[in-house]
Amino acid sequence: MNLPMGVRAAILTIAIFVAFMLAWHVATQGSGPVAQMDPEYAKLMGKTATQGTSAMPGPLDVGSKLWEHLRQPFYDNGPNDKGVGIQLAYSIGRVAIGYFLAVAAAIPIGFLIGMSPLMSRALDPFIQVLKPISPLAWMPLALYTIKDSHLSSIFVIFICSVWPMLINTAFGVAAVRKEWLNVARTLEVGPVRRAFTIILPAAAPTILTGMRISIGIAWLVIVAAEMLVGGTGIGYFVWNEWNNLSITNVITAILLIGVIGMVLDQILARLTRLVTFPE
Amino acid sequence: MTPDKFISIEGITKRFPAPGGGTTTVFEDLWLSLKRGEFTCIIGHSGCGKTTVLNILAGLDVPTEGAVIVDGQAIEGPSIDRAVIFQSHALLPWRTVMGNVVYAVSSKWSRWSKADQQKQAQKFIDLVGLTGAEHKRPAELSGGMKQRVGIARALSIEPKIMLMDEPFSALDALTRGTLQDEVRRICVETGQTVFMITHDVDEAIYLADRIVMMSNGPDAVFAEIVENPLPKDRKRTDFHKHPLYYGVRNHIIDFLVTRSKIFAAEVQGGAFDKRHVPVVRPGVPVAVAASTAPATPPMPGLQRSSVASG
Ligand SMILES: Nc1ncnc2c1ncn2[C@@H]1O[C@H](COP(=O)(O)OP(=O)(O)OP(=O)(O)O)[C@@H](O)[C@H]1O
Ligand SMILES: [Mg+2]
Repeated sequence: MNLPMGVRAAILTIAIFVAFMLAWHVATQGSGPVAQMDPEYAKLMGKTATQGTSAMPGPLDVGSKLWEHLRQPFYDNGPNDKGVGIQLAYSIGRVAIGYFLAVAAAIPIGFLIGMSPLMSRALDPFIQVLKPISPLAWMPLALYTIKDSHLSSIFVIFICSVWPMLINTAFGVAAVRKEWLNVARTLEVGPVRRAFTIILPAAAPTILTGMRISIGIAWLVIVAAEMLVGGTGIGYFVWNEWNNLSITNVITAILLIGVIGMVLDQILARLTRLVTFPE
Repeated sequence: MTPDKFISIEGITKRFPAPGGGTTTVFEDLWLSLKRGEFTCIIGHSGCGKTTVLNILAGLDVPTEGAVIVDGQAIEGPSIDRAVIFQSHALLPWRTVMGNVVYAVSSKWSRWSKADQQKQAQKFIDLVGLTGAEHKRPAELSGGMKQRVGIARALSIEPKIMLMDEPFSALDALTRGTLQDEVRRICVETGQTVFMITHDVDEAIYLADRIVMMSNGPDAVFAEIVENPLPKDRKRTDFHKHPLYYGVRNHIIDFLVTRSKIFAAEVQGGAFDKRHVPVVRPGVPVAVAASTAPATPPMPGLQRSSVASG
């Protein structure tokens, strides 16, 4: 076979997908009705015990549920029954606000740290201690001081996405090639113009790599944060459906979380490529 | 300020911290002066400190001791009047060819309209033969083309002094020739003062009025200044047919091959005066008489004609 690599990879992907789906389907098939039971008792026991149906939904259940959600993503029947689109929109909104606040803080501060070895040394201990703290550990403190669960999750997103951007910006700014700075020096370019015309474009690929790491972390953290504070959002949806014992909905949500995460990552990857120029 | 001392290097020393503590001295107590409108080449073996001297002249580097006076004023950092062509072209990879040159033009003439800045940039892009490549980025250019953008960028701001670090070394012979012609023409026309590093003896003889010979490091010195005896209106096509050509060439090559290594001993001996670097004009006494051109050029005599006052 002389098919190009891309085609061969695609064929393999589809084959693995089909095999997985088949295995899933077979594994969740169930073994048919078990024993004769008093109908009252059978009602209490549920389908697992009475008909041998697996508690795990099969791919077809999930597929039809997914289709149901996608057909009607934005319905709203009160606090415990909202369309998955609405829940995702809440989560994306929180991530967006927290993330952009983090960008607005991390890039200027990162610039400062990268340009000044003194600031870099002075702030390093703080960064080293604050960076490894799980963002969720901030949640009680946030809830206590902000007294609003929505704002608290935004704060948690802010705090988890700020570090990679801060560190990458500082590193990118500090690592700008000396010869490019020398070009600016021999042309007597002022500090502000130098920051925008030399340092920023030179550090942009590193800064955007930091932003890409951050958006990934933010999307991981929002699910956990919403499970914790409840109310709205895809994290809350997952937790709520678990309490409803609707594993089908949980799996559907997991799939959607994965897809959105991939889209966010790809957007940042695109942007990174846009500002990266080989020499 | 005397016209003889447009640029005056006064006792510069450069030391770097050595790996195992202490310092290594690249060069110590160097003296040299350059006249306005003069084209000076500096030749010396790799690592002797040529780029370091040039960076100090540019104001990008500071000497450990000593100072450089330009136009009566001590250098205190880089100036847009002193354009630098870097050994590693140093183009901004996120800007196009036009963008790189316009960056320099707009730094000098920030009040100009965009159109005027582009016009000025275009003029020099055309001059270095890159017409049609304006919208390419450095990654899409060959090594020689990149170097030409660097030359266009330096020329476009019409500086008073050009500092060039091996500007032509990455070019093929043909392009190098054309660019040498262009640079020489521009420098002669605009009375440009040029300080250029090269490894190419012929290039130095073609371009330079004076060739400074630097001995090997560490502790390198300006060993000798060779005054170019060839006529000012020399042409690239036939300057090597001039009767004095071989004398100059042999003198320089002899220095590079043998004398540059043993020069340190001469300095150690104490007879060498760093403030008054000897000036030689190889072959001059034989010159006029020999212009009847014998088939084999005579080995011209060497005469220490004068001494540069520091
Ligand atoms: N930052 C530095 N730290 C320590 N030593 C240095 C540093 N920069 C240069 N040197 C040393 O100074 C000496 C001169 O370097 P320089 O770059 O001026 O050489 P050069 O004459 O331009 O050589 P080439 O012809 O190869 O370009 C070298 O021996 C080098 O090792
Ligand atoms: Mg060098």
